[in-house]
Amino acid sequence: MAIFLNENSKVIVQGMTGSEGMKHTRRMLKAGTEIVGGVNPRKAGTKVDVDGVSLPVFASVQEAMAETGANTSVVFVPPAFSKAAVVEAIDAEIELVIVITEGIPVHDSVAFWNHAESKGNKTRIVGPNCPGIASPGKSNAGITPADITGAGPIGLVSKSGTLTYQLMYELRDIGFSTSVGIGGDPVIGTTHIDCLKAFEEDPETKAIVMIGEIGGDAEERAAEYIKNHVTKPVVGYIAGFTAPEGKTMGHAGAIISGSAGTAESKQAALEAAGVKVGKTPSETARLMREVIENL
Amino acid sequence: MDLYEYQGRALFARHGVPVLDGGVATTTQEAVELAERLGDRVVVKAQVKVGGRGKAGGVKLADTVDEVNTHATNILGMDIKGHTVEKVMLTVTADIDEEYYFSYLLDRANRTFLCIASTAGGMEIEEVAHTAPEKVVKLPIDAGVGVTPEIADGIVTKAGFPEDLRDQLVDVFVKLWGAFVAEDATLVEVNPLVRTPEGRVLALDAKVTLDENADFRHPENAEFEDKAAVDPLEQRAKDSGLNYVKLDGSVGIIGNGAGLVMSTLDVVSYAGDNHGGVKPANFLDIGGGASAAVMANGLEVVLSDPQVKSVFVNIFGGITACDEVARGILGALQTLADRGEDVTKPLVARIDGNNAEAGRQILADANHPLITVVETMDAAADKAAELANKGA
Repeated sequence: MAIFLNENSKVIVQGMTGSEGMKHTRRMLKAGTEIVGGVNPRKAGTKVDVDGVSLPVFASVQEAMAETGANTSVVFVPPAFSKAAVVEAIDAEIELVIVITEGIPVHDSVAFWNHAESKGNKTRIVGPNCPGIASPGKSNAGITPADITGAGPIGLVSKSGTLTYQLMYELRDIGFSTSVGIGGDPVIGTTHIDCLKAFEEDPETKAIVMIGEIGGDAEERAAEYIKNHVTKPVVGYIAGFTAPEGKTMGHAGAIISGSAGTAESKQAALEAAGVKVGKTPSETARLMREVIENL
Repeated sequence: MDLYEYQGRALFARHGVPVLDGGVATTTQEAVELAERLGDRVVVKAQVKVGGRGKAGGVKLADTVDEVNTHATNILGMDIKGHTVEKVMLTVTADIDEEYYFSYLLDRANRTFLCIASTAGGMEIEEVAHTAPEKVVKLPIDAGVGVTPEIADGIVTKAGFPEDLRDQLVDVFVKLWGAFVAEDATLVEVNPLVRTPEGRVLALDAKVTLDENADFRHPENAEFEDKAAVDPLEQRAKDSGLNYVKLDGSVGIIGNGAGLVMSTLDVVSYAGDNHGGVKPANFLDIGGGASAAVMANGLEVVLSDPQVKSVFVNIFGGITACDEVARGILGALQTLADRGEDVTKPLVARIDGNNAEAGRQILADANHPLITVVETMDAAADKAAELANKGA
């Protein structure tokens, strides 16, 4: 099963012919992802050879979908052109668009989210500024290293890429159903709550790791959701307990302003919802290990 | 990026929002010349990016040029909550009949924008929000539509602004929205927005935050960047394309990925509790690649911080395998030595992930006198804290 991305996903890459797009297309193919083509209007009609695989380049997402049956797009286009790329994917009504690009202006993210809403949210947006989705053994769409771990019962949702990899690595003997990197920007498409809901409904997922960080109140809202809707065990981790107020910690969204967005408030909310919260990534992995052993 | 009030005021003026005549001065001499030009009673305001300047004595009325001289002299160089006042803004004054509050901001939770308006503006707005929340109106703005005159008209009605100001307020709200969108702001706040006895509407303060991700389409706003106020190490890191934030402790931190580095700061702080209370000296994310060149630039910035007593390099090898990371660390130390840098501070490396064994072996074989390799993040943090405490 897995969530959002599985062995039936047919993936196109917007911005495939750029250097990042090329590098990660190669990696995704190697991971077994069914990549069916790329999109670049200036190179439409050409083919790109990636380690012996010939991938067609299409003029638009719509054309790529019509020709290949693609249902997922991974976006690597630069920040200045990301809004147009995501809007194009939404207009083509693709099921899933994963926006890897870092540094997209927040007005642009709000604009493409608004556009998706106005079209009835037919397209799921993941990101921006995220590592993408990995369903080990099935498909890998984005930049998550594919060889950390195999398939297993843990579902993971995270704002941070490297913390995701760290947790996957520490729990690699148990394995993961899907890991979703939702991104560290202030405005993102798919939220912690969307992933929790999907993991709750996914029979393959037995327990959930949720990684958050300072800034905003997404973790608090996720805690409220867990309290009322999630029956599977959830283990949490929050980064940024010692971050100072008013300084952005790498991710555009990771900033404490006044009393809002602190790690303490997030931890308290999660614990009140029955979530075990690890103090460090290793402790979080240990807590998850206990959960799995007691299932 | 938070703007200073004088920058926000200039930005408002650029978009036709009514503000008082004025300017900015960095010396008493400039302030006096500015006051002579304004030729009226003026208010002298400290320019700092922190609240509470009025209570700290950073806002003074001056009836004469002599008083401007006195106030500017006193305020320039003043310390307000750790911020040194480098500039003062002078504006002519306005008589105030009523004070309102108005802002547009990003609403992260709802992935849209929000307008907050109140007829009870002024210094006590946060108090009002607590004690009389019905006086503070919050309205979502549809990003696809924006603030048209019709929508601005609705804001006037819903927030209960005076009827006789309706046309002026609609105009101001539309123009502020224009500024918010055109400048890629995540906040424009006017507190107070005032009504004068003559029935004019004026923005007497300007608080603006711009989205740095949008800098590429606003080259003209580069002037807002206050290089003098930026920490020199932060500036140096920025020039090398590194994501660095200076903190107050003594354990230098280098890691890959914002989340992992944030987590590293926490783990080092916890470890510091057992080692004389040492704390992280910085946040530094060198990104996914962790090549020798980037590692060298990062190490150079961290080592040039005189407060740093030990360095903790915390890398998870994902796409970049750990053997490459290990070679990157060694290469970085070599590069620094070649540049003639004095590299004497102990370095604790924890590398985990893809090819971790090979990476650790490379570091072990190198037998570098400054490098200690520790397997887990928690143990490595402990070691780095211990070394920083010893070196203090």
